[in-house]
Amino acid sequence: MTNVAHASSSTPALLLERITCTFASREEQGERYTAVADATVSVGPGEFVSVVGPTGCGKSTLLNVAAGLLFPSSGDVRISGQPLIGINRRAGYMFQAESLMPWRSALDNVLAGLEFFGVERGESERRARDWLARVGLSGFETRFPHELSGGMRKRVALAQMLILDPEIMLMDEPFSALDVQTRQMMENELLELWSANRKSVLFITHDLEEAIALSDRVIVLSAGPATRPIAEFAIDLPRPRDVNEIRLTPRFVELHSKIWHAMKDEVLKGYAQSRKA
Amino acid sequence: MPKAAKPNARVSRGRLALYHALLLGGIFGFWYAMTEPGLITPFYFDDPTRAKFFFGQPLEVFKRIYTWFVGGSIYLHLGVTLIETLLAFAIGTFLGLVCGLWLALAPTASTLADPYIKAMNAMPRVILAPIFAVWFGLGITSKVVFGITLVFFIVFFNVYQGVKEVSPVVLANARMLGASGKQLLRYVYLPSATSWVFSSLHTSIGLAFVGAVVGEYLGSARGVGYLIHQAEGVFDIDTVFAGILVLTIFALVLDFVVTRVENRLLVWRPRTAETETL
Repeated sequence: MTNVAHASSSTPALLLERITCTFASREEQGERYTAVADATVSVGPGEFVSVVGPTGCGKSTLLNVAAGLLFPSSGDVRISGQPLIGINRRAGYMFQAESLMPWRSALDNVLAGLEFFGVERGESERRARDWLARVGLSGFETRFPHELSGGMRKRVALAQMLILDPEIMLMDEPFSALDVQTRQMMENELLELWSANRKSVLFITHDLEEAIALSDRVIVLSAGPATRPIAEFAIDLPRPRDVNEIRLTPRFVELHSKIWHAMKDEVLKGYAQSRKA
Repeated sequence: MPKAAKPNARVSRGRLALYHALLLGGIFGFWYAMTEPGLITPFYFDDPTRAKFFFGQPLEVFKRIYTWFVGGSIYLHLGVTLIETLLAFAIGTFLGLVCGLWLALAPTASTLADPYIKAMNAMPRVILAPIFAVWFGLGITSKVVFGITLVFFIVFFNVYQGVKEVSPVVLANARMLGASGKQLLRYVYLPSATSWVFSSLHTSIGLAFVGAVVGEYLGSARGVGYLIHQAEGVFDIDTVFAGILVLTIFALVLDFVVTRVENRLLVWRPRTAETETL
């Protein structure tokens, strides 16, 4: 196993240090559930890190902690060395579920962030149009979310996040609801946007192929409860990548089998637990 | 732009209107036949003019409505009823919206107020109308206040529900995009709650109207409810029915306006049928 000590010279853009999240059970008084235990994850500046793990293992919990939406029971969150207080203002978050405001048009959804920061309307509109064009949605400005397809809504959400130019992008299985073709297209588009302006990315997924195709580094989580990282792998595939083609290269297959080998036991454990529950 | 839901077969639209007209004509025809003295042999009342006395006559009713509108005497009463309805509706909706937002966002206040709100909603509020007449006099104030008590709860419960059911993901997303507490209220909670207010709009304007008419009926010097009450006092059934008919048409017009406003403001809501039949 190649546990790569990440050799980033500067301080990580995002550091989750010994995070533990314990929830009080809603059904039974006094009962506790530890979703994440003693997890340390770091993302270097401009690095694309994926976190893979079996379903229900607390991947989203980890991301919510990084976003500042969830306060950990113990542990530290550091953004470029600074401790995080409240919402993570330097991060953009792309959710797994529908996150667009249904009462706002595509354009108004994209410029929402700018509006919250008090950017003047003409300026924010111009930039939102530009971003919609960049994600391939010119001409859809006035459409409401329900008038767009699932893939289009994800693009709007992507533009909505990127318009604020976040230093860190937190992505929670953003493409898991899409069909395979749309998904691969979105993955390529994401890579293109990312390589044009390298941000730190923490990408959560349960799809190992997606993780390898996109990332610089893949972190494998153990099955829940008390999830923690059990292994990490550097992905030394050359960039720029095409997610469709790279899946066929020998190195990809090699990495895939290696990581899968590390994951397999955890996946089986997670599966057994979900069957018990 | 998607159009409002249409009956799916366009050809039958004209025919549907025809059937509506026929049904309406049938009802009035039946009414006429049963109440016109000497037209058919009486089978229930001994006196052939008795049916007319109890049920009125459609032609007389139309004549009454015609004189009201041509003579212009109805406009004052209609105007008063309209003002009462609109005021009760506007103030009730506003109060319901504010209280609904406030209680939904303040858990402590909500737990404290919950039993009282349930009790006030369970109370048969029609009983309050005479009390309001004592407190606020026979003018429009007592009717407006009564209408407000009816409208308030409908809007309140809808807004409360609407705020509670704002998607947590949409909310978290807005927070990640930098929305402050105030901005969350304005850009997320309020639009979400408004859609719930609109879904209750038909009910609440209807209740505002009921409040106005019942209030007038129980004690006033103006309004359509007052007209009906006066006519009942002298057994003038034709006028009573004329008043009811005017009120019904009035309510239909209000409902039509509400539908229009709703379609204009809720364009973002998904509709089930968006395909057009060719």
